[in-house]
Amino acid sequence: MLSLADIRFILRRNLVTAIAGVLIVVLMVVAIIGPYIVPHDPLQTNLREVLRPPSASYWFGTDHLGRDIFSRVITAARLDFAIAIIAVALSAAAGTAVGAFSGYLGGWVDKLLSRLVDVMMAFPLFVAAMALVAVLGNSVQSIVLATAIINLPFYFRLMRAEITQRREAGYVEAAIINGNGLGRILFTFLIPNALPPVIVQISLNLGWAILNTAGLAFIGLGVAPPTPEWGIMIQEGAAMMISGQWWVVVFPGAALALSVFCFSLLGDGIRDIMDPRRRS
Amino acid sequence: MTRTHENRLLEIEDLQLGFDGAQGLLPALRGVSVHLDRGELVALVGQSGSGKSVTGLTVLRLLGANARIAKGAIRFDGQDLLSFSERQMRGIRGGRIAMVFQNAKASLNPIRRVGDTLADIVLAHDTTGLSRKQALQKVVGLMAQIGIALPEERARAYPSELSGGMCQRIGIAAALASDPELIIADEPTSALDVTTQQLVMDTLTEAARARGVAVIFITHDLALASEYCDRAVVMNAGRIVEEGPADRVFTDPQHPYTRALLDALPYGKTDASELRPMTWTDPEDSAPGAEGPRS
Repeated sequence: MLSLADIRFILRRNLVTAIAGVLIVVLMVVAIIGPYIVPHDPLQTNLREVLRPPSASYWFGTDHLGRDIFSRVITAARLDFAIAIIAVALSAAAGTAVGAFSGYLGGWVDKLLSRLVDVMMAFPLFVAAMALVAVLGNSVQSIVLATAIINLPFYFRLMRAEITQRREAGYVEAAIINGNGLGRILFTFLIPNALPPVIVQISLNLGWAILNTAGLAFIGLGVAPPTPEWGIMIQEGAAMMISGQWWVVVFPGAALALSVFCFSLLGDGIRDIMDPRRRS
Repeated sequence: MTRTHENRLLEIEDLQLGFDGAQGLLPALRGVSVHLDRGELVALVGQSGSGKSVTGLTVLRLLGANARIAKGAIRFDGQDLLSFSERQMRGIRGGRIAMVFQNAKASLNPIRRVGDTLADIVLAHDTTGLSRKQALQKVVGLMAQIGIALPEERARAYPSELSGGMCQRIGIAAALASDPELIIADEPTSALDVTTQQLVMDTLTEAARARGVAVIFITHDLALASEYCDRAVVMNAGRIVEEGPADRVFTDPQHPYTRALLDALPYGKTDASELRPMTWTDPEDSAPGAEGPRS
């Protein structure tokens, strides 16, 4: 398998990917321990320090209620990442399993599931997510579920395509001849072999899910003020750009952009490592 | 027919089978009868499309959904396999009847160490409650028994790290891992060079003879068959044209098809002009519909 030297070799050849990976690890650590180390309480308002520009005591400045933007940006990371990760994990697990099942069985089951997924994909994703949150109720759980559902078709189609391609492989034939049942063939032979493209999709998808969460929060869905969340902070700060308080919107925006950028870069990088022919 | 033969392991009787296609039913087997005793090595010889692989797959009931069995019976150890449920068949496949494939490398799961793949087979058919570690030990022992050098190291390798001949010998170990009574070897050496072919055939036949495992050896190479097998069954266009002791069939063929098959082989010839391409066609069979889905 891969030795430490192999990993070092691969990372040196893919410096950008390595940097993106390191940044994601840093972001994750910040998300986990951030709330314990921030200099100010992210919810504490202070009407004497309203809309202060960045300074030594308020690194990213303060917002219209005098709350420390640095503390809020750091604290928000945990919620945004948690929503994105749980949603992507749910849709990857469900989409992969159902897609594999559908692709392996074929026939009318496959036709029915594929058409159902086509219907799902016919809706604009963000609008579909909005509608789902409206139906499910305005809560964090709804955001997670809505994000998971709108991502489901991508995993389904990806896995289905991989499985139909590998269904006739020699090792699958051998597994059938060795008396393995449907479950073992799917979960020990086919799905593990078809997983690499799913991993790429997960990484690309995570960035997109963070963006989606922030987007829904921006229009007032899912997360409610005063909870620190990047989308809400951008929404609150958007109006202040005109009056010159740029820091209210720029820092949460930058945090959001950096996270999405890192996940996309990592996804592209992993794809290049696993399939050099598709290198862009 | 109720003739009982206590040593009889497999009996295929007047098997007629076709595949449903756009042009209606394509006949693949037109009344094939083959029998096999315990520990016997029988070669099923014929060119592509003669029905030899279909015969092998039918024993395991692994034909596609469009296969139609019109007539016949397959008795394995006295039980009619055609009447078995899919669940019962799963117990037979890879357990009492194992298979060796033509493309051994492709038949091994590429992301699992070969030792783990083999241990899975041991555990799947084990009734004595072996631990995974014991199963791995058994696998390594088995690999050593069939003459694989450095078995511990090989067991830790991935299929992509092994040569084709090594993969085929691992494939033989995989077939032996479940202690089968019958091994169906479908062109096990056709993808290998001549020296490796020898090694793989030696491995397979020695292991089978030492354990009393019967082997159906599916091949187009009559010379190879005669060298290693007890009996040869020559097939053409879904029928058996000749059957007898393997060396007799090879040295003194009775049927014109067998003779034509031998004329097309380079063995014992001193000049290329002595080779004749296969042109013989069954006068009874003018319809070109006997092609099976595979060789």
